[in-house]
Amino acid sequence: MSDQRDDNARAATRGQPGTRRNSRAALAVFLCCFGLPALAHVQQGQAAGFVTGMLHPVSGLDHVVAMVAVGLWGAQLGAPAIWLLPVTFPLVMAIGGFLGLVGVPLPGVEVGIALSALLLGLAVALEWRPPLWAAVMLVGFFAVFHGHAHGTELPPGESGLLYSLGFVVATGCLHGVGIATGLVHRWDAGRIALRAMGAVVATTGVYFLIGAIS
Amino acid sequence: MSGRGRPPPRPWVWTRCVWLALWPALASAHLVTTGLGPFYDGISHFFLSLDDVLPVLAMAVLGGLQGAAGGRRVLFALPAAWAMASVAGLMVGGPDITAVTPALSAIVLGLLVATDRRLSSAMLLGLAVALGLLHGWMNGAAIAAANRGTLALLGIACSTFVAVAIAAGAVVASRAPWMRVAARVAGSWIAAVGLLLLGWSLRG
Repeated sequence: MSDQRDDNARAATRGQPGTRRNSRAALAVFLCCFGLPALAHVQQGQAAGFVTGMLHPVSGLDHVVAMVAVGLWGAQLGAPAIWLLPVTFPLVMAIGGFLGLVGVPLPGVEVGIALSALLLGLAVALEWRPPLWAAVMLVGFFAVFHGHAHGTELPPGESGLLYSLGFVVATGCLHGVGIATGLVHRWDAGRIALRAMGAVVATTGVYFLIGAIS
Repeated sequence: MSGRGRPPPRPWVWTRCVWLALWPALASAHLVTTGLGPFYDGISHFFLSLDDVLPVLAMAVLGGLQGAAGGRRVLFALPAAWAMASVAGLMVGGPDITAVTPALSAIVLGLLVATDRRLSSAMLLGLAVALGLLHGWMNGAAIAAANRGTLALLGIACSTFVAVAIAAGAVVASRAPWMRVAARVAGSWIAAVGLLLLGWSLRG
């Protein structure tokens, strides 16, 4: 009985040597790279709004480094800051975006964003451990600037809801990148690397600060 | 009984299938002009309307965070209130509050999830019923205005049941320690989106 099963197995694989199968798989993968979009759900400007919102936070380096720094700092401080900071930031950022949308002016937005990268980077580089409420206040304060600057730039004809959703999700993912990177904190070498990353963020902040002031 | 099994398919057959699969024409699965029939229109309407989906998800997660009993309350109260209010909205019509209400629902429920508040069962039930009444009423009025089939309302109410069952069930069933944190993060995102949505609607 088992002999017969072996026979079947051999028959099934006969004529399909491994190399042939590999090249066929490679061809399939290669062709997948040229897939055409199916466009099954076409609603005017809707998907475009989400994608624009997703891409918007990633398009400005000053925003990116500050978001990642929030995650890095949270990971460095450990629980409960590791999740409290990323929960706080989108909320307060949305308040900034709300102020921008209803037309409340916020002076020195670019300076505020550059300062946020500088101070958050320094906090990581120096392993600063303020009380939890102070860390939350600091992150929240700067979040207003980020929201005001970036949350309000909706291209015409796109869905505001989906833009906002994409914007918030992308910001959260940037925090996630920071937190995941910051988990190296558990090793001695990782702790040093984390402080070095903070220094890089702070330097970027100085660069943008000079650009914003001059 | 041949003992040989079926012969292996020839390679070029597979290559051709893969090749053909890679050049899709437009699928046009959701026929905007003809529809899929009112019941399915209602289902697709709900899942494509994020201003309904986000508050419902927040409500479901809020119920799930209170434990299995809380999740169950939301699971039955929300769709029931939604269905009744949508019939009322269909018959009576309603005030145009569609711009601000979804934003406010998302903000309130998102914040409650983000802060992980322990709610009394009466409070939870009240929130679920209030959400169902408000959004259901708006749905019913909108369906009446669009002159669509009443069966769409049934599709929408069933969709809320399914959405709550999935979201609340995921929160209740998960034993992972990060689930509570993930739920709170999701709540903060929903509240943030609601706040921005409020800004958009006030801007006009």
